[in-house]
Amino acid sequence: MKVLVCVSNVPDTTTKVTFTNDNMEFNTAGVQFIINPYDEIALARAIELTEGGKGTVTIVNVGKADTEPTIRKALAIGADDAVRIDATPSDAYFVSYNIAEYARDKNFDLILTGRESIDYNGAQVAAMVGEFLDIPSFSIIKKVEFDGSIATVDREVEGGKEIINVSTPFVAGCAEGVAAARIPNMRGIMSARTKRLEVIAALESGQSTRIIKYEVPPQRSTVKIIPADEVGKLVELLHSEAKVI
Amino acid sequence: MSVLVYVEHAEGNFKKSALEIVSYSKAIADQLKTNLIALAIGNVSDENLTALGKYGAEKVLNVSDKKLDNFVNEAYSFVIADTAKQEAANVIVLSNTFSGKGLAPRLAVKLKADFVSGAIELPDIQNEKFVVKKTTFSGKAFAYVELLSSIKLITLTINSYQLIESAVSSKIVKISPEFRDSDFRATVKQVVRSNDKTPLPEAELVVSGGRGLKGPENWHLIEDLADALGAATACSKPVSDADWRPHEEHVGQTGISISPNLYIAIGISGAIQHLAGVSSSKTIVVINKDPEAPFFKAADYGIVGDAFEVVPKLIESIKEFKAQK
Ligand SMILES: Cc1cc2nc3c(=O)[nH]c(=O)nc-3n(C[C@H](O)[C@H](O)[C@H](O)COP(=O)(O)OP(=O)(O)OC[C@H]3O[C@@H](n4cnc5c(N)ncnc54)[C@H](O)[C@@H]3O)c2cc1C
Ligand SMILES: Cc1cc2nc3c(=O)[nH]c(=O)nc-3n(C[C@H](O)[C@H](O)[C@H](O)COP(=O)(O)OP(=O)(O)OC[C@H]3O[C@@H](n4cnc5c(N)ncnc54)[C@H](O)[C@@H]3O)c2cc1C
Repeated sequence: MKVLVCVSNVPDTTTKVTFTNDNMEFNTAGVQFIINPYDEIALARAIELTEGGKGTVTIVNVGKADTEPTIRKALAIGADDAVRIDATPSDAYFVSYNIAEYARDKNFDLILTGRESIDYNGAQVAAMVGEFLDIPSFSIIKKVEFDGSIATVDREVEGGKEIINVSTPFVAGCAEGVAAARIPNMRGIMSARTKRLEVIAALESGQSTRIIKYEVPPQRSTVKIIPADEVGKLVELLHSEAKVI
Repeated sequence: MSVLVYVEHAEGNFKKSALEIVSYSKAIADQLKTNLIALAIGNVSDENLTALGKYGAEKVLNVSDKKLDNFVNEAYSFVIADTAKQEAANVIVLSNTFSGKGLAPRLAVKLKADFVSGAIELPDIQNEKFVVKKTTFSGKAFAYVELLSSIKLITLTINSYQLIESAVSSKIVKISPEFRDSDFRATVKQVVRSNDKTPLPEAELVVSGGRGLKGPENWHLIEDLADALGAATACSKPVSDADWRPHEEHVGQTGISISPNLYIAIGISGAIQHLAGVSSSKTIVVINKDPEAPFFKAADYGIVGDAFEVVPKLIESIKEFKAQK
């Protein structure tokens, strides 16, 4: 089985988000970048499905050279090789178009992404890649298992899940439950240095949205502390002041 | 020109989130001085379809076909795209639900539409510009995204727009678009409902528990308070990691993001990753025994105290309040 795992390079979850250039750019100063946490889940599942000679895992990232430490980490965790499509990921359409065009003639059986990136939160790439390639897509899955080329996928739906049968190839966005994220071991880190990381040029997608400004949410006004023996007061405030009950 | 809104339903009934996006889409149609057309796929009674007129849908299209009994992204997005073309829609709106997330990106590609997911306000339409506000960095910031293409696509975050009645008389039109066989490559074998309660992303009131509750055997406190309020339940990440609660309940940066009217956090410290997923809640109540817990800085109301003493009293107090009403 040939698996393609899409990996996004995102700020560490503890990052305090600020902006520069008149609130038009994310301030990366001092920010640590990591593999998007859901992509770690996708990668772990891809390795489970292929290890022991059962197949290969290729990493794809759309990004500039600064994303290479993240790609190397994915190789250290256990991917076989990687491709970086050399461009600033200007929006999900552009990213998905480039991933799809790269994958088009490579016969991947399975394309895994994370359910969403924790920076731009689009939850768009999985389904867009599916549409560009005209193959099925599942935006948020909790499980994927194979019996030959037929997969069983648990897809999250409002208030429950659907159990779906589908044959390869397809695209799926991984969420918790699909696999447990792995950490690289020493051997992985050593071998990652020599694994193939190909850099290819990006294609124009002919369409794009434009972020014109960022904004940090306003601070909440100071908390009202209610004495622990006067909970009735909280109920009263929730009713008459906050008007939520 | 028209605005097209795709409305989801559960067994023929429209949920509040569906009526929210009809209200939202009506406001866009008014700004653009055009008509609002709603599309529902599946079996919905004429009575329910007509009721969408109450929120401003002038025309309600309905496709009912056995082939569409189960939700299949590919086929549904094909039908929506086809309808958008027939109706010359230049703005298309869906809910940012699990199904909306499956459909909208495919639609964006089919229609070559610029697309914003997770909008939280009406678009700002001025001087030929069309700008939509959405949350980014998992709730730590907002982005204003400009859409440039002639067809624009938006998914709206649940609970971010109020219901506004603007009664128009609506006309129901049954349509039967063509399907492509290749859109039915995935087959739904089974649908598993987790329970009858409101799904967490749609809940208006949420009671959430953290590691401060010590173990799953104490979750009756969270559940009883939620029942008294008619709320959904949630938890912090370590709680679902330890299998005290199912993963679906985990909120935060790596769980689900919610924006209920009321979020009550009990025994949760308020780590930055937790706050990311809940900070857009309208009102936040924190119950924690540590007065220095960071969550108090992000709360509207706080009680410093032991959850095992405070919560039972709060449950009684809520019950009394409900009984009086
Ligand atoms: C400098 C900069 C400027 C930007 N400007 C804009 C802008 O003007 N307008 C705009 O809409 N967005 C902008 N973005 C956001 C960026 O384009 C998003 O990362 C991209 O849109 C992907 O969408 P998403 O993050 O919402 O992905 P999602 O759809 O939420 O991600 C789902 C999954 O897709 C995969 N994936 C996501 N991104 C990549 C990637 N780059 N390479 C490989 N796999 C990936 C991962 O598996 C991820 O888990 C900008 C980003 C940067 C760094
Ligand atoms: C990559 C990454 C992603 C993450 N994503 C998420 C996420 O999405 N969501 C998330 O929640 N976390 C996430 N985390 C974890 C996060 O950093 C915190 O560890 C976690 O939120 C803490 O959970 P907690 O508040 O339940 O537990 P703790 O931090 O242990 O806090 C327990 C709290 O309970 C209080 N308490 C104890 N006893 C009582 C009592 N009897 N009565 C009242 N209060 C009491 C304590 O004072 C304390 O404040 C992530 C971490 C990482 C590294």
